[in-house]
Amino acid sequence: MFLIPNAVVRFFHRMASPPHFYAFTDKVMPWLIIVFVLLTGFGLYGGLYLAPSDYQQGDSYRIIYIHVPSAWMSLFIYMVMAISGAIGLVWRIKLAEIVAISSAPIGASFTFIALFTGSLWGKPMWGTWWVWDARLTSELILLFLYLGVIGLYGAIDDKRVASKAVAILALVGVVNIPIIHYSVEWWNTLHQGPTVTKMDKPSIHVSMLIPLLLMALSFKFYYLIALIQRMRIELLQRERNAQWVKAKVSELR
Amino acid sequence: MKPARKQRLILIALMVIGASIATAFALKSFNDNLMYFFSTTDVVEGKAPKSALFRLGGMVIKGSVERPDDGMMVRFKLTDFSKEVTVEYTGILPDLFREGQGIVAHGKLNEQGVFIAEEVLAKHDENYMPPEVKASLKNQTEPVIAK
Repeated sequence: MFLIPNAVVRFFHRMASPPHFYAFTDKVMPWLIIVFVLLTGFGLYGGLYLAPSDYQQGDSYRIIYIHVPSAWMSLFIYMVMAISGAIGLVWRIKLAEIVAISSAPIGASFTFIALFTGSLWGKPMWGTWWVWDARLTSELILLFLYLGVIGLYGAIDDKRVASKAVAILALVGVVNIPIIHYSVEWWNTLHQGPTVTKMDKPSIHVSMLIPLLLMALSFKFYYLIALIQRMRIELLQRERNAQWVKAKVSELR
Repeated sequence: MKPARKQRLILIALMVIGASIATAFALKSFNDNLMYFFSTTDVVEGKAPKSALFRLGGMVIKGSVERPDDGMMVRFKLTDFSKEVTVEYTGILPDLFREGQGIVAHGKLNEQGVFIAEEVLAKHDENYMPPEVKASLKNQTEPVIAK
C-alpha cells in the first residue's frame, strides 16, 4: 500500500461508498460524454476520411476502425470484470461486485460487434463469413462466457451470492484471454497475426494508426459511460432500502 | 491483510493457476486439431491425410498461376518456402487472390499428388499502408512504415 499516494487511496476509499459514488458520477458524467464525442468525431473523421486507402484492401480495410477497437474492448472488459470480481470475493466490496456484473453486458456487446464486423470483413477479403480457426473460435467462446456470466447472475435471487458465483465463473474464464491473443501465433489460422499489439513496432502506416488509437480510446470512454450508468441503476436497486436512496427519492418527489 | 482475506486471495490464485494448467494440457494434446491448415511441407512429407478432405495453406508462387484450358480451372503452386505443392481449383477466386499472397485451400490430394481444391480462401497479412508507401518500399527495399 505504501507505493500508492495517500490521495489515491483516499479517493478509492470514498468511491467504495455507494452514496459518494452516486454523487461523484453525477458530476463527471457530462465531461465523460464530451470527451467521448470529441474522440469519436476525430477518430471517425481521421479513419474514414483522412486516412489513405490500403495498398491491398483498398477502402474495405476501414472497418478496422470499428472491428479492432471492439475486439480490444472485449478482452479489456473481461479483465476488468474478472479482476473486480476477484476484489469483490476477497475484500467483499459491494461496488466491486457491481463493476463486475455491470461490465458483462457491455463486454458481450463489444464481443458481438467484433465477431459481426469481422464476419463482414471476412466475406470480401478471405472469401468466407466464418471459419472455425483458433482466433475466431476462441473469440466466440468469449461471447459465451459473457452470456454465461449474465445468465448465472440472473438465475440466483440473492445478488450477493450471485456476485460470488459470477466472479468464480469469470475468473476461470480468464484462461481464454491469452488464448485469444496468442491464437494467431501458436496455431496457424486464417486470421492474420497482430498488427499493433506486439513487441515489434506496429505494421500499420502512422496515418492509419493514429485514428485507430483515437477510436480505441473513444471506445474506452464509451465503456466508462455505459458502465457508470449501469452501475448507478444496479446500485439503486440493491440499496433501495438504504437511507441515502430514500432521501434521493424523496428529493425527486 | 486479514488472515481470512489472505486465505481467500490464495484460494482464488490457486483456482486460476489450476484452470490455466488444465487448459494448457488440453490445448497441448489437441494441438494438431487446432491447426487450421496443413503446410506444404506436411503434404510432401506425407503428414497430411491421403484420401480425406483437409486444408492446405501456403504462399502462391509468383508466376505459377496458369489456366491450362479456356475454362474456370486454375492451376498454381503453393510454397512454405521449403516445399511446393501444385493446386488445381475450378471456381471463382477471392479478390485478394494474387501471386505472392498467402491462401488456404480446402480439398484433397489426387493420385498424382496434386491438391484438388473445392474452396480457396485468401489470407491477408497484418500490414496496412497506403499504395504509395508500398510502391516506394518496392523501389528502395528499405522500411519506411511507421516512420
